[in-house]
Amino acid sequence: MRIGFFVPCYVDMLAPQAAISSYELLKRFDLDVTYIERASCCGLPMTDMGYERKACAIENNLVEQLLGYDYIVIPSGICTDQIRYHLDSVEKTPEVKRILETTHDIVDFLHDVLQVKSLPWARFPHRVALHNGCHSLRFLHQARPSELMIPDFSKTEALLRLVEGCEVGYATRRDECCGFGGTFAIWDESCAGQQGLDKVSDYARNGFRYVTSADFSCLLHQQCTARKYGVDIRTFYIAEILNGDAEKAIIKEGGEK
Amino acid sequence: MSQVNQVKLGAEFIADTPHRVSHDRCLWEARMRRDRTASRIPEWEEMRALASQIKLHTLSHLDSYLSRFEEKLTANGIHVHWAEDAEAHNRIVYEIFRSHGVKTVTKGKSMLMDECGMREYLSERGIDIYEADLGERIQQLDNQRPSHIVMPAIHKLRGDVARLFADKLGSDPDIDDPHYLNSVMREHMRKHYINADAGMSGVNFGVAETGTIVVATNEGNADISANVPPLYVASMGIEKLIPRQSDLALFIRLLSRSALGFDITQYTSHYTRPRHGQEMHLVIVDNGRSARLGSQYYEVLKCIRCGACMNTCPVFRRTSGLSYDAPYMGPIGIVLQPSYDLHRYARLPYSCTHCGSCMNVCPVKVPIPHYVFLWRTEIVERGEDELMHRTEETAMALALRNSTNLSHAERLGLWALRNLPKSLLESRLNPWATHHTNPEPPQETFRQYYKRTTKK
Ligand code: SF4
Repeated sequence: MRIGFFVPCYVDMLAPQAAISSYELLKRFDLDVTYIERASCCGLPMTDMGYERKACAIENNLVEQLLGYDYIVIPSGICTDQIRYHLDSVEKTPEVKRILETTHDIVDFLHDVLQVKSLPWARFPHRVALHNGCHSLRFLHQARPSELMIPDFSKTEALLRLVEGCEVGYATRRDECCGFGGTFAIWDESCAGQQGLDKVSDYARNGFRYVTSADFSCLLHQQCTARKYGVDIRTFYIAEILNGDAEKAIIKEGGEK
Repeated sequence: MSQVNQVKLGAEFIADTPHRVSHDRCLWEARMRRDRTASRIPEWEEMRALASQIKLHTLSHLDSYLSRFEEKLTANGIHVHWAEDAEAHNRIVYEIFRSHGVKTVTKGKSMLMDECGMREYLSERGIDIYEADLGERIQQLDNQRPSHIVMPAIHKLRGDVARLFADKLGSDPDIDDPHYLNSVMREHMRKHYINADAGMSGVNFGVAETGTIVVATNEGNADISANVPPLYVASMGIEKLIPRQSDLALFIRLLSRSALGFDITQYTSHYTRPRHGQEMHLVIVDNGRSARLGSQYYEVLKCIRCGACMNTCPVFRRTSGLSYDAPYMGPIGIVLQPSYDLHRYARLPYSCTHCGSCMNVCPVKVPIPHYVFLWRTEIVERGEDELMHRTEETAMALALRNSTNLSHAERLGLWALRNLPKSLLESRLNPWATHHTNPEPPQETFRQYYKRTTKK
């Protein structure tokens, strides 16, 4: 199986660990994984703000780079959503359609395509709050959003349960948006800041020290808000836990807080 | 009119901690009640899908349903008027009142009448309107618009109401007990209920088959307006129709559960003909609706004004409805208001984090998040975007165009994070820094890691 591994712009620059853990994790499954070096961005910062025209060149460049793989895997829910459902400037040839259909966030890929049943290398003997980012939750359908009265399921939680010792919990307002919202955190910093503070305070009230999510953008926002307001939490992208890197990082940082 | 700056108005409400905390908690509780009551109905999701289909069906046959509706109303002895826009609506209502010598009116809640600016229009012409809904009356006394479509004064604390009543109605400013405040209002309004020359209300549903108008309230404010005075005038938008009486139960089951998490509204009243000795009028209003029906945003016309999208919206709960400075606020407001006045409301579609919760609670599945995208694109295309956005997006588009540009931009960004003084990085030039620390710059990007660890 030929896998194209696409690292979106902000992950590459601000969360290389999320990409490294995902990449190393994929390589454990005996797959032919290629890092798509020449792909840069999915165009989300532009389409999100209504600049579809400006996104056009970016989207077309991206699609060209994604050709020729069985699956595209991305360590970011929000960018996967963008590629699957919002590449509006790209002509939907059969080839392009195939790319969109075979593009997966790392969680979907592990859960739905590989149908992973065990992660023997991973240990995380801690309580961790699982934050299902809005895009992963409500647009990629990785878990049941609390608003919908459908049978319960959670792909993210199912994967974390395969990790030895990992005890998954949630904030009281489990599915409430943390306020990152793509470019929202920059344009409306007072509301985004309040949402972020409410979210990290919710973790603190519930005694969580560790937080994980399939969306690094949410974690970046939450981690930086927590640090600003002196709330003691440490965030991990989900692949860091699934690949066993999170526990190593905790030990390196001097053990459980 | 100047442009509404929801971000700025919202920031003022956010800074007011007691009001924000109470507002957020009340609405979140409504959302939680909604989840609990909906979860007890096994067919909840099928109900939403069906309600959406019935609305779409009605909208796509609106002309024939409207004429059937009119026939029935007329046969039942209700006077029907058609209003093309807000101005026509107000003029028609005024004419009815003028010809009957009406001086005072009690009025149940109606978003449409707010949309038309009817109260101001009539009061300028010497007709006094008394809002019969408690929250709406509080807002009227305070000279503010409603801040929520079903809970008009939800942004106020009890103490605010006590002070307002003391100021306007002469009650004790230090007693904020709800029973006391209610009794003050009851006493104040009773004489108006009894003496009003006419009553008014909005309409929740119009049944085409029978010519019935259905009004749902929790305080009976529409009923007292419809049943006491000798003249009753109701207004409805053309989109409020449903085909048959048998479709109604579905919508009634969805409405209050979605709005407040209660199984049903306290009063669900059906008006099919005037009561003995009463005269009854219905004004059916377009005001941009048929244009909307032909636009890409047509599904907003499915909206049954339950307010569930507001209760769940993380932005609305923290910034309050007044910050939208518009008749319709919150998620449905930001995709509805720009069609009334694009320039004035061009910033509203940006007051959204794209969390998607509104589309999941909406009982008729209005695709609000999708419409937010469409509006932003339209705003840019029609040149109503902010200069700041345009400049930043141009720079970003350049940086992200391809991997070469990106790695240059990254090098620059990381260099800045590592080397620029904290005072500059966390200055007001960087909006991120108000509520965040800057991200820790990593040792190397993934690109660099890959190059280092992979032998070519
Ligand atoms: S858009 Fe949907 S949730 Fe919002 S008020 Fe209308 S019907 Fe209710």
